[in-house]
Order: sequence, then C-alpha cells, then structure tokens
Amino acid sequence: MLFFIEVALSGLMAGVMYSLVALGFVLIFKASGIFNFAQGVMALFAALTLVGLMEKFGFPIWLAIIGTIAVMIVLAWLIERVMLRHLVNQEPIILFMATIGLAYVLEGMGDIMWGSDVKVLDLGIPQGASDWMLDSFDIYVEKLEVFAAVTAAILVAFLAVFFQKTRIGRALRAVADDHQAALSVGISLNTIWVIVWSVAGIVALVAGIMWGSKSGVQFSLSLIALKALPVLILGGFTSVPGAIIGGIIIGVGEKVAEVYLGPFVGGAIENWFAYMLALGFLLFRPQGLFGEKIIERV
Amino acid sequence: MIYRETGQFKANYQDDQALFPIDQDRYVIYGILFITFAVVPYLLNPYWLNAILLPFLIYALAALGLNILTGYCGQLSLGTGGFMAVGAFSIYKLMVAFPELGFIPLVLLSGLITAAVGTLFGLPSLRIKGFYLAVATLAAQFFLIWLFNKVGWFFNYSATGMINAPPMTVFGVIVTGPEANGVAKYYLVAGIVAVFALAAKNIARGRIGRNWMAIRDMDIAAELIGVRPLIAKLSAFAVSSFYVGMAGALYFAVWLGSAEPTEAFDINQSFLVLFMIIIGGLGSVLGSFLGAAFLVIMPIMLKNLLVGGFGTESALAEHINIIIVGVLIIGFLIVEPHGLARLWRIAKEKLRLWPFPY
Repeated sequence: MLFFIEVALSGLMAGVMYSLVALGFVLIFKASGIFNFAQGVMALFAALTLVGLMEKFGFPIWLAIIGTIAVMIVLAWLIERVMLRHLVNQEPIILFMATIGLAYVLEGMGDIMWGSDVKVLDLGIPQGASDWMLDSFDIYVEKLEVFAAVTAAILVAFLAVFFQKTRIGRALRAVADDHQAALSVGISLNTIWVIVWSVAGIVALVAGIMWGSKSGVQFSLSLIALKALPVLILGGFTSVPGAIIGGIIIGVGEKVAEVYLGPFVGGAIENWFAYMLALGFLLFRPQGLFGEKIIERV
Repeated sequence: MIYRETGQFKANYQDDQALFPIDQDRYVIYGILFITFAVVPYLLNPYWLNAILLPFLIYALAALGLNILTGYCGQLSLGTGGFMAVGAFSIYKLMVAFPELGFIPLVLLSGLITAAVGTLFGLPSLRIKGFYLAVATLAAQFFLIWLFNKVGWFFNYSATGMINAPPMTVFGVIVTGPEANGVAKYYLVAGIVAVFALAAKNIARGRIGRNWMAIRDMDIAAELIGVRPLIAKLSAFAVSSFYVGMAGALYFAVWLGSAEPTEAFDINQSFLVLFMIIIGGLGSVLGSFLGAAFLVIMPIMLKNLLVGGFGTESALAEHINIIIVGVLIIGFLIVEPHGLARLWRIAKEKLRLWPFPY
C-alpha cells in the first residue's frame, strides 16, 4: 500500500509538470484558437536562454530570469508581428502548421545561439528526497517535485486572478469568446495576442526551469509538448483547471500503469499509455472533461 | 494560345467524363509519364535515382494517402509514421513467410493489412473531430511503434530489433536487398506510384470521393443529405491507410533495405508527410507530388549549398537548415495557404487567357 502511494505521488508530481506545459497551450488556444505546437520548444528556448544568460554573461539568477522574460516578450511580439498578423482568419490547421514551423525556427535558433549540448540548470531549487516525508511517513518524495507543484499552484492562482479581475484579463476572455464581437467593442486583437503569447512564454519559462532542473536543459525538453497533448484533450482545450486536473490524471495513471501493468506487456508503456487513456476518455466525452460543450449547427 | 480548350468538342459521354477532359492536360500527363519512364532512368546517375527520386516517389505515395484522409475527408491524422510502420512490418513478415507470392502482390497485401489497422484506429473519428482526433491518432503512432519494438514476433526475434529486406524479384529482376539495381527499383516504385496516383484521382472524383468532400465541408449537413458518416469516414481511413501502408512497405523494402521502428517511423515522419500535403495543397493529387518534391529535395539542396557552397560545418548547417525549413513553412502558409497546387491552378487560369489579360 505504501508503495502504491509512493508511485501515485510521484505520478502526481510528474502530472503537475505536464500541466505546466499544458497550461501554456490552453492560454493560447483560449485567446486565439491557435493550437500552439511550439509550446514545448518555447520551454526549451526559455530554459536555454536562462542558462545562456547565466553562464555566458554571468548574470545573477534574478537578472537572468528578468532577462529571459524580456526575451520571451520580445519573441511574442515578433511572433505576432511576423507570423500571426498575416494569418488572421485562416483555418485552424494552417495556424497549427505555422506553429510547427515556428517550433523548427526556435529549435534551430536556440541551438545556434546557446549550443546543443546538455546543460545543467541550477537555480538553488532544493533537490533530493524530502527528509520530513521520509522520516514521518516513510514515503520517498522529491523536493524538486514538491517545489514544482507549489509553483504550479501559485501560477494557476495568479492566472485565475489575472483572468477574472484585471482589465486585460477581461479583454482576453472577451477575445476567447468571440473575436469579432471583441473587435467591435474596441479590443485590439494584436495587442491581446502579444500579451497572451508573452504570458504563454512566461509559463513556458517556468516549465522550462522545472524540467531543466529535473533532467538538464536538452533537446528532449521540447518533446514534453507531445506529452502535454493527451493532458489537453483529457482536460479540454479551453479549461485552465482542466489542464491541471488532466495533467494529474495522466501523470498518476501513467506511473501506476507502468509499475503495475508494464511488467506484463514488456514495459515502457509510458510512451503510449497516456494517449490511450485520453482516447478512452474522449469516446465518452468528446470535448474533454472540462471543455465547453460542442454545439453543432448546420 | 497554347492552353485553350476552344474547338475541343465532346461528342459522347465518355469524352465528357474523361479523367483529363482537356487535350493539353492529357498531353502533359503523357509527357510526364514518358519522361518518368523513358528519359529519367537513362539521364540521371544512380545517386540521383536512389537518394532523391526514390524517396520523393515513396513520400509522394504516403502524402497521397494522407491527402485522401486529411485533404479530401477532412480528418486530421498524425499517425502516418505508425501506419507506414505497419506497412513495413507486414511486408517484412510476408516476404519472409510467403516469398513465392511475388513482390507486387505482397506490397498490395501489406497495404490491405494497413488498411485494416487504419480502419480500427479510425473508429474514434466517428465521435471526435479536429484537433481532438489528431491527438487521438497520436495514440496510434506511439502504440504501434511500441508494439513493433516490444513484440519479438514482428521482427522475427532478431537480436537488434532491426528488420532486413530479403532479396526479391519482379519479372526476374532483383528489386530488394543489397544487390538490387537502382534503375529496377526506380521503375518498380514509379510504376506503382503512377498507377495509384491515377486511381486516387479517379476515386476522388467518384461517388466515394464526393462523399468524403461532403463530410469534410460540413459533416452534419452531409449526414442530413444522406451521406453515411460511418461509411465515408471509415472508407477514407481504409483507403488512406492502404496508400500509406504501401508507401511504408516500399520505404522499408525498396529504399531503406533495413529499418528499426523508433528511428525510421517516428513522429517526425508523420509531421513530414503532413507538411507535404499542406505545402503541396490539401485535397489535390498534384499537390501531394509537389509537396513531396519540395520537402525531399529542398533539404538536400540546402545542405549541399551550405556545406559545399559556403563551407559551413555540418552541425551548424543542420541548425540553419531547420530554421530555413521552418521559415519557409511559415512563409508559404502566409503567402499561399492553399499550397503549391493552388499556384499551379492560378498559372493555368492565366495561361488560358494569355496573351490577353481578360
């Protein structure tokens, strides 16, 4: 039983990490209907920039983080200016493909600017097992993962306040609801998109920091985007809480399945189990757990 | 002046319903077929045939398959790599078990097996659509690759998990394995691709194709006018997987010769083929070929140009290469979101009026 809790907990933490990536997807999808495939590469790019600023220019941590945020905002502005502005009103699949192109560009740029070898990201985030949990409950818990979970919670709380209470947040929700109606009440779509992509860039930075501290900053970081996809369809493309809960379900399900089911079928089922789980869910709820009900008219 | 249908009268229904009703189109097709089969193999050296034209033709076949599903029927799929793997592994098992059947029937058979698998993974499309479906097809991609990696039966328990194509002949000429001749391979692949490209064009304009397009344009409306979504969607998945499976079989048996599932059929293959049909043009047979040509030939050209022309070191060239590919994709989508095939159509319209502007 104790072992099961341990497995479930580690899955829970991994799930939170997935949610961090999925969150960026949801933000952009809500505000612009774009399925941003580049989110994973953005996390990689942000982490690479952070490490690069610290290593090559010797920035202190806080300055490097601010610098990276600035880079991500400039990037968001560039993306809007060069790419999105010209693709307004295109079909979703075209926009999706454009973000794959963007993923290629970012990947190449990150590699050229900062080199493609694996880098260690050390921000002083506590690592190793939590002694307190080990002593009092005899359960092994990574400190880093607890830290990630707390960060994710703060981030979500912050985003919730931002979306519900601020002027920009209301504008964002208006755009998400109906582009044309938002335009007609005087909301500038271009500004909103820059803001959304900046916020997604910052979320990507947080995800990049967490994943980078866990397993080093390397190319495989961009592949977690693929892992975030089942999280998304489970939670629904348009729901922030959905991204978190979906992430947790996927994380726990994956780990439990790997440990208890994996040995019977040869292991390494982590690769596809999440997708199958999501597929099973979809057959019963095509819009995901928290997605908006799809109403179709002719 | 040259491209004009004036004076071409259609005297019977057969003429009216011809695949290429305008004479000039027909001549162009004859010309392309003539060049493909009679000129190219003797003009180009084996490197060109093997390293550029062979993958181009095979990817064109895969793109054709995905175009049937995504372009004609509107079902976005990211499982192409997985379905290609199904084709490759079925032809491997068939080649080892039933070599007496001959290579071409085996290619068709592996296409049929892939069609069955594809139909199975197409079942969720009846409930889910759009990006949700795309992610669902990723399940197929990852599950199939895992299956071919883990279950020894598929690769005949070879120690490395690799599959190697045994030599086989078509009309007495070896087409697979290390001794195969480049020209023979080219003829085989070009023949199969030509036959099935014409078949695709015919299917697409017939009853099934029209059903697919109705589903693509608006599935509920299509259902109301009597198109059965079950049949239409699943048939699109079946036909598409048949093409993709054959492409996978040729990709493994004729082009690569040996393959390992995680590298040869990973998710990037799925994206590559998807790029081809987007850049080439969704819902166009010609577009599949143009897209495949663009994405197979351009990276090779770029690499040669960067490494050979400017003396860039190859790691940096690799990075510059993906940036350029990314920029070109975005640029293409901005300039012409309907793909190269649309450019061709515009050119044809202009040509009809030429030399008068109106």
